[in-house]
Amino acid sequence: MFSYYLELALRSLRRSPGLTALMVLAIGFGVAASMTTWSVFRAVSGDPIPWKSSQLFVPQIDNWGPNGRSDDGEPPNAMGYTDAMALMRDHRAKRQSAMYQISPSVVPAEAGKHPLNVSGHAVYGEFFPMLDVPFKYGSGWSASDDTNRAMVAVISGKLNQKLFGGASSVGKTVNIEGKDYRVVGVLDDWNPQPRFYDVVNTGGFSTNGDDVFLPFLTAIQASMPNDGNTNCNAVPEESGFVGLQHSECVWIAYMAELDSAAAATSYRNYLNDYAREQQQAGRFRWAPNGRLRNLPEWLDNQHVVPSDTKVSLLVALGLLLVCLVNTVGLLLAKFLRRSGEIGVRRALGAQRAAIYAQFLTEAGIVGLAGGVLGLLLTGAGVASVGWVLPRDIAALARVDVSLLLLTLLVAVVATMLAGLYPTFRASRVQPAWQLKSN
Amino acid sequence: MKLHPILAALRKHKAGTVLIALQIALTLAIVCNAVFIIGQRIDRVNRTTGLDESDLFLVSQQWVGAPNADSADGVEKLDAMQREDLAALRQLPDVASVAPINSLPLLNSSWTGSVSHKPGAQLGGKDNTRTAYYFTDEQMLSTLGARLVAGRAFNAGDVQHQGFRDRRDRPIAIITQQLADKLFPKGDAVGKVMYTDGSNAPTTIIGVVARLQIPASGSWGNDFAWYSTLIPTRLDANFARYAVRAKPGRLDAAMRAVAPTLYKVNPMRVLDDDSVKPFSDIRARAYRADVGMAILMGVICLILLCVTAAGIVGLTSFWVGQRHRQIGVRRALGARKIDILHYFQIENLLIAGVGVVIGVLLALGLNLWLMSHYEMTRIPLSYVLTGVLAMLAIGQAAVFAPARRASNVPPVVATRAA
Repeated sequence: MFSYYLELALRSLRRSPGLTALMVLAIGFGVAASMTTWSVFRAVSGDPIPWKSSQLFVPQIDNWGPNGRSDDGEPPNAMGYTDAMALMRDHRAKRQSAMYQISPSVVPAEAGKHPLNVSGHAVYGEFFPMLDVPFKYGSGWSASDDTNRAMVAVISGKLNQKLFGGASSVGKTVNIEGKDYRVVGVLDDWNPQPRFYDVVNTGGFSTNGDDVFLPFLTAIQASMPNDGNTNCNAVPEESGFVGLQHSECVWIAYMAELDSAAAATSYRNYLNDYAREQQQAGRFRWAPNGRLRNLPEWLDNQHVVPSDTKVSLLVALGLLLVCLVNTVGLLLAKFLRRSGEIGVRRALGAQRAAIYAQFLTEAGIVGLAGGVLGLLLTGAGVASVGWVLPRDIAALARVDVSLLLLTLLVAVVATMLAGLYPTFRASRVQPAWQLKSN
Repeated sequence: MKLHPILAALRKHKAGTVLIALQIALTLAIVCNAVFIIGQRIDRVNRTTGLDESDLFLVSQQWVGAPNADSADGVEKLDAMQREDLAALRQLPDVASVAPINSLPLLNSSWTGSVSHKPGAQLGGKDNTRTAYYFTDEQMLSTLGARLVAGRAFNAGDVQHQGFRDRRDRPIAIITQQLADKLFPKGDAVGKVMYTDGSNAPTTIIGVVARLQIPASGSWGNDFAWYSTLIPTRLDANFARYAVRAKPGRLDAAMRAVAPTLYKVNPMRVLDDDSVKPFSDIRARAYRADVGMAILMGVICLILLCVTAAGIVGLTSFWVGQRHRQIGVRRALGARKIDILHYFQIENLLIAGVGVVIGVLLALGLNLWLMSHYEMTRIPLSYVLTGVLAMLAIGQAAVFAPARRASNVPPVVATRAA
């Protein structure tokens, strides 16, 4: 029976090529616009570490008080040195790391090569196991390296390629800001998007990953300046990097791993107690106002998904909706034009269900054709987002099998939904009336 | 022409009528808001920075193994290195002038603070005005191409230097006209005193420039986009930025000469592809997202309008076919061609009229929703009205061809069997 409906549908579509083309084009464009913007949205709103994101938490401490809070009462979105060090000392989470963004120069060993600038982070050794950072060679550094301010470094595979030709450089030295560091680990490909461990400073997305990681305290000791944002509620009283460390300026990102709800609760209590202690000591003159968000909540709170991306997706979905309304109208016209034919079929004994099957098949074919066109246009759309979107974001949008399947599925399902009402109307055609008037 | 028969006929085509009206309403709602977004982005991109942007480029560089900027001794060494660079760049044949500067408009790397009438004001307090600082020297005006409208420019004697993170008093400053108007609405800012960043030491305003945008191009800087403060100080750190004005038409040559010159002064530094860039690149990068959003919205609007127009053509054509015989009867009863044409045109105007009324409500609703969820301002009525007229015009344009075809139905059709 299906093949018969298929044949009927094709014949009907061929009879009015203009109308058919119009529907296919509308569906194709509507689906392609939605899928192109969806591919971008999907890329920027994805969970960068899905297997662990609910166990990673970002604590916030209100060291500025009521005057420094945002309009909705949020404390600063980064930490000052005093609080970050206190939290690291107390070490209440399973794993944790304070971190700050650095941008040191690296001098290639080869003579005649100019120094290069790399971006990176100063972190604690627990950073690597906490975030499941993949290593190609070697590993991260130990807790004693952290406390001893060891001159060690973890470098990216890319930098390893540039400096050491891709061979294992573990144990070799690399010259960073004029000082020699021993390479203890080389990362495999690792450039999570968004750069979730420090979205405040990276803005979330960046085509270039971090190339170098140094122990936090080593970097502090080397006076390696903070390359990220520094926000102050008052000008530091002392000069220099030390002055920054003694100030209430916030410039440090912090992440903690808490593997159960109970652990999260007890950490929340700990943050509260810490703030209360600071209040009692007279450093904070306000009640505790800390926050502890897990990674998905944090990314949402920091508006990592650009609002342009969301608005584009919404507008594109609006376009799809209009295309569907358009299709409903055109299918209605098309189906009702064949009232006579429907009358004959019904008079010859066809059930309403058979009419439904016949016309929904036709709608499905329009949807499929629209979907195929939509596939081509989506491909073109995703390929050309690089022209219109910021590079860091455009690079993330990809065509993959799931996107292709989704495109076809959306096109067919949407068109069949659009065909429901016209089909309903077609199935209501009174056979006697049609036969009489003909 | 009486409306009654049209309304009676429409009642027979409820579904089709509702669908066209709905489509017009949705299209109007989306297009109004999308065009409003485009308009906003274009306004943003067209803001002038206050710079003479042609022939201007920026050099950002970093020294390797530089002295520590936190020690007095290190600051002096760094300053000497910076002065050496400046002297070398200023001697280049294609270079007109060079100024050290911590940032440029649209560079999105800013040092912001606040200025106040009172000493010791709390940062972020109510009586403070936010500002972005440019730390530079006496060649700033000629290099940036900013126009001095009152007072005097910096001279070499004014210029101090300090470590990047050092705290130091700022005896004099040049501010923008907009900031001057905010602080001293009477227009007598020159010679007056202000206090920066909650300091107790006064800063005397010695000059006013017509316009100079802050480095932040994003919307968080909208509130103080023109409130720049220029301080005659070279900042000393392990990196430095130099704004360079090339001689007219010599931009490329001047840019090419930079890297070899600086490497010759001191090879222990980082200069990469991004280190020497013309201001046009900085501008393009800052507004890339805005331009992209405008293009995307434009493409979607275009598709939307085409789909809607095509839908109207399709459905009206169907109706014309369906009413073939009735049209023939009307013609046979004496209706002129123009009457038939008008019939379909008025019918479309009625449907579109209902559609745009709903559409205006939807457009305003969508705008309100966007305002509550995203950075969006109230849509001006002019956009909505233009949208309404455009939708009605598109409806009329789309209906014309099928209506013409209808008017060409010969009266003889009436005599034939259906």
